[in-house]
Amino acid sequence: MTEEKFDAIVIGAGMAGNAAAYTMASRGLKVLQLERGEYPGSKNVQGAIMYSNMLEKIIPDFRDDAPLERHLVEQRFWMMDDTSHVGMQYRSDDFNESRPNRYTVIRAQFDKWFSRKVREAGATVLCETTVTELARDADGNVIGVHTDRIGDVILADVVVLAEGVNGLLGTRAGLRETPKPETVALAVKEMHFLPEEVIDQRFGLKANEGCVIEAAGTISRSMAGLAFLYTNKESISIGIGCLVSDFAATMESPYDLLENFKNHPSVRPLIADSEVKEYAAHLIPEGGYKAIPQLFGNGWVVAGDAAQLNNAVHREGSNLAMTSGRLAGEAILQVKKRGDPMVKENLALYKSKLDKSFVIKDLRKYKDMPALLHTNSRNFFTTYPQLLSQAAQNFMRVDSTPKLDKERATTAAFVKERSRWGLVSDAVRLAFAWR
Amino acid sequence: MTIAVTNLRVEEKLYQNRYVVDSGRPHIKVRPHQSPSAKLYALTSVCPAKCYELNDNGQVEITADGCMECGTCRVLCEASGEIEWNYPRGGFGVLFKFG
Repeated sequence: MTEEKFDAIVIGAGMAGNAAAYTMASRGLKVLQLERGEYPGSKNVQGAIMYSNMLEKIIPDFRDDAPLERHLVEQRFWMMDDTSHVGMQYRSDDFNESRPNRYTVIRAQFDKWFSRKVREAGATVLCETTVTELARDADGNVIGVHTDRIGDVILADVVVLAEGVNGLLGTRAGLRETPKPETVALAVKEMHFLPEEVIDQRFGLKANEGCVIEAAGTISRSMAGLAFLYTNKESISIGIGCLVSDFAATMESPYDLLENFKNHPSVRPLIADSEVKEYAAHLIPEGGYKAIPQLFGNGWVVAGDAAQLNNAVHREGSNLAMTSGRLAGEAILQVKKRGDPMVKENLALYKSKLDKSFVIKDLRKYKDMPALLHTNSRNFFTTYPQLLSQAAQNFMRVDSTPKLDKERATTAAFVKERSRWGLVSDAVRLAFAWR
Repeated sequence: MTIAVTNLRVEEKLYQNRYVVDSGRPHIKVRPHQSPSAKLYALTSVCPAKCYELNDNGQVEITADGCMECGTCRVLCEASGEIEWNYPRGGFGVLFKFG
């Protein structure tokens, strides 16, 4: 095996790696994929929501046998204070379509399926193999990899780095920086198991319908963060994540935040009497457009979380990973077809493909959002949720106060906390960052 | 008003997880130090698996057996050289059943 040379080596069997390996192997390239976990998915953690369109572009008939949990018909967004939430909710029967748009998945199961497709497409997949170093020639071009299992260097024309947010190889080889505490969030998650009918009942669902709740507010204790609750068929994924820099500054414990969220009066009844079967933690790239590293070079490309391709505003990660993996694979195929070498100038095709896709267009749209939310985290994650809750309660509670006085009290509360100028400036800055 | 937190032990959470521990080969090491920096000290509460703890001499120690390989400590303390970070050998470490 060490004698042969591959067209491409893919590092990692997550969304980006599997998409890249499948794209290349299914069109005839000789692909080796290396995964350090015992099986594909055993090291991968996600919420997790999977977006159909991006997978259809890789495996059009995935619905035939992919392990999907529930298709989503309802999304709730909650602004929480300690005892209440103000919610926005969208539910539509239109999502009960023959080819649903979004599904919840369980990554360990989904990745196993995706990896089986990669093998069936002809790639060689080696698990339990940690890549220790990129191999380079005298000029510094990447020519293959060294692993902890196979003695010699394994050679390839190009290496696809799909090693995840905390990928060591690319950073140690100086191809990109290690993520900074300000550009990654730490999320913790638990899997709560309940009978299918109980989940259906608590969320008002039938058949395979699913519901998503995403929540921000005092649950993140003034840190920039988000909690979530996703319904799977017989389980609920529940978690919370905040910026690592905020965690370090506040010394809050992530598991403490999660327990607090689980005990919130709005959440507790939804997971009551469930059996917890796993506790997981993972980093999420949050730096957005400005944190995207160099994406290609002589003999290498980088895709997915390793390239910080995550849309934190829309909580979309796996579809950017899948798409970047697919586009990397397609670019490599095109260069190969032309008979050209896998050098920087030619692999620039990958970047131009990404630039034309929703991946970079969306990230560029929100390029100022991370800075805004991170520098104003107390206002956006504590002050406003509390004010909104007070305003709602003031509005709902019927007493002998005239309505005009109630409205004045609400306005006064907002002005007192943030000042007129602060309110206007927050609104303007948010509008500009959103634009 | 704050919500009462149940008496929580992270060990109980980690107990749910499956690990293949590479005995005698910890993948993360803490550099010997007199007193920890603020970031290193922060790991005693920020690490989601509570791998980092303060010993009786006020130094930060790590037991990496329950590590979920998230990389938080690497992001905070690798650059300063306070910790040495590697992934476990292939096949070792945490094995998520659901992920």
